[in-house]
Amino acid sequence: MNSDRTPWIFRVLKGFAMFWWDFLVGDTPELFVAMLVVVGFIALCRIVWQLNALALIALPVLCVAALGISLRRAQRANRK
Amino acid sequence: MIGTTVSSGVAVLVVAVFLTSCVEMVEALTIVLAVGHTRGWRSCFEGVAAALAALVVLVAFVGPALVRVPLATLHLVIGTILLIFGMQWLRKAILRSSGLKAKNDEDVRYQSTVAQLESSDSAPRRDQVAFVVAFKGVFLEGLEVVIAVITLGTSAHRLGLAAMVAAIAVVLVAIVGAVVSKQLTKVPENAMKMGVGILLTSYGTFWAGEGLKIHWPGGDAGLPVLVAVYLVVAWSFIVALRRSATVLEAAS
Repeated sequence: MNSDRTPWIFRVLKGFAMFWWDFLVGDTPELFVAMLVVVGFIALCRIVWQLNALALIALPVLCVAALGISLRRAQRANRK
Repeated sequence: MIGTTVSSGVAVLVVAVFLTSCVEMVEALTIVLAVGHTRGWRSCFEGVAAALAALVVLVAFVGPALVRVPLATLHLVIGTILLIFGMQWLRKAILRSSGLKAKNDEDVRYQSTVAQLESSDSAPRRDQVAFVVAFKGVFLEGLEVVIAVITLGTSAHRLGLAAMVAAIAVVLVAIVGAVVSKQLTKVPENAMKMGVGILLTSYGTFWAGEGLKIHWPGGDAGLPVLVAVYLVVAWSFIVALRRSATVLEAAS
């Protein structure tokens, strides 16, 4: 009932926000958080500490590590 | 050397946009076919047309605005979005390939949409339910194509090429879909998702790095190297997960 009374613009905005939530977070919030942490860490390496070589190697390595952790979580959840 | 680097970057862009568009359009087409077969084609096509018009308006507003954003910021934001999105696809595809998650079945999607539509009341002249379901299906899946085209195309300075490749993919899927109709299960969706996941993750890593001013050895040639690395990583994860499942089965 309430949703029918909500102005269409709010419904559209809510739908748009829901789309982005599903698109970026969805059922893997750990990947979303991990990627933000990885990008933040690489920013520190490159921009603050000026370590290009470390940033170059750490970026794909940390992404793979995050993927591995997320897969491990899925595997454990599957066993339960 | 420069020619090879540019063409390999373009080839990766074309494949990434084409595969993403194909996967999303197969999903949209499944919904459209379910709506059309169950509730009739008139309202279904009206929903599809309205969704396409809404997507065109969105692109017309967002596309030119993105050109004004500084390139480093654009690379960082788009790279991070692609990393998150690509990782999600790659994770799902790995879980499906290793047997930990059921393979995506277009028949299931088709049947559930049909069941949802059949339980709704029918209206003979203008079928609002058919219109809304077709609109939502095409708009949401199309929005993902638009995001892929805009992010990949803008960052590579080849928005026109990305849009053209996506348009070809959409037309191709529509033609194939019209011919095979309900036989969408034959589309190797998981293999395509695996490819898209690897490409988007590679692009995401590359551009997030560029946005953070990382100097990739060989410039754009670093992109195919990242694709190869993620391909090996995905394959290794699939093998490890399958082996672990076999060991557990043997133990129990």
